[in-house]
Amino acid sequence: MEYKKILKNIQEKAERIDRPIRFMELCGTHSEVIAKYGIKNILPKNIQLITGPGCPVCVIDQSEIDIVTGLALAGIPIACYGDATNIPGSLGSLENARQKGARVFIVYDVAEALELSKKISNLVFWGIGFETTTVMTAWGIQNNLTVFSSHKLFPPAMEALLKNNKIRVDGFIDPGHVSAIIGTEVYEKFQIPQVVAGFEAKDVLRAIEMLLTQIITKEKKVENEYARLVKKEGNLKAKKVISEVFEVRNAFWRGLGEIKNSGLKIRKKYQHLDAEFIHRDLIAKIKKEIRPKKNTRLDSRGRPLVDARRVCRCGEVLQGIISSKQCKLFGKYCTPDNPQGACMVSREGSCNINFRFNE
Amino acid sequence: MFADKIGMCLAIPAKIIKINDQLAIVDFQGVKKEINISLVDVKTGDFVMVHAGFAIEKMEEDNVKEIKEYLK
Repeated sequence: MEYKKILKNIQEKAERIDRPIRFMELCGTHSEVIAKYGIKNILPKNIQLITGPGCPVCVIDQSEIDIVTGLALAGIPIACYGDATNIPGSLGSLENARQKGARVFIVYDVAEALELSKKISNLVFWGIGFETTTVMTAWGIQNNLTVFSSHKLFPPAMEALLKNNKIRVDGFIDPGHVSAIIGTEVYEKFQIPQVVAGFEAKDVLRAIEMLLTQIITKEKKVENEYARLVKKEGNLKAKKVISEVFEVRNAFWRGLGEIKNSGLKIRKKYQHLDAEFIHRDLIAKIKKEIRPKKNTRLDSRGRPLVDARRVCRCGEVLQGIISSKQCKLFGKYCTPDNPQGACMVSREGSCNINFRFNE
Repeated sequence: MFADKIGMCLAIPAKIIKINDQLAIVDFQGVKKEINISLVDVKTGDFVMVHAGFAIEKMEEDNVKEIKEYLK
């Protein structure tokens, strides 16, 4: 009954607006919920949902994949979440490295990595993801886990998206569990309608209705649909753990480029557990190896365009500039079994979702 | 246990059964598992959202009815 009511409200409100509306869901798990429940098919014609950069695996920069794969190939045991092992880099993927004899371990959580590190010396946990996973990595470091940090902060990416003129978005569906950690206050600086939403189909539909209401009343505020979990100030204990272990630095994002103050580096206090510091000589050597050869075609950031990645349009897909199906590789040369780019690797990646659910 | 089914940010609600310092046994609709509760202030009987082995936040009392409906 409730679904019918929400859908009816959405229909009525969409009619009142009478122009095309584009909402971006920022979190990859929202994208998956939207595809799984066929939400795009039941929305009024003038409402379009586009996928944002919230798939943590998808936004990892090529250079970080190459460094971690390089470390694995040089004999350093790596533990990471499953999704991360299949992202192709210029040295192949971590899975390719494992097939060549490198020790790569897939773990479900940080506690498992910590247990593993007691048995396997020199083990490096590859920390990826936004604030939700960052806090667990921070806890691991506090408990003596060695980490290579690719962790990123979410709000700076939203800021970068809003600054990009190519992207026209009327509202954001803000992430649920990132917000459980960082709260909703941080989003208030963005001049766009926003709703923090939970992960049931009902949550996403309610969020869409709330965004439409904001557009009708010409408001630009942050509303919290997920109040059963998310607090205005977030989880203070978790925020404290993160800032105790990490400090902010600039970071590269696939598709979005370098974003100021969007990455997290392990503080000096924990340098003895920072793989970037421990293996700095080896990393310098790997960076030299992956440096482009003369006459290589370079991208706008001066990095080499190689093989399929020359045509892989993951970066544009991540920003909602094109849909997965507009990429020539999609479904033919790039599939979940043989991914050419990160968006096809992760279950939260736009291309992977599009392939599985044929949206 | 849910690793192959979930996205990076999906979390699952669970009820705290027994607390042992930083760890607690929780009940995911009949499946019991030990999780880390160092990021939240909770007591036995509370509902928490669990993500990758950690309770990331306590669920509000007022919404427990709604939570139970989701769990059905």
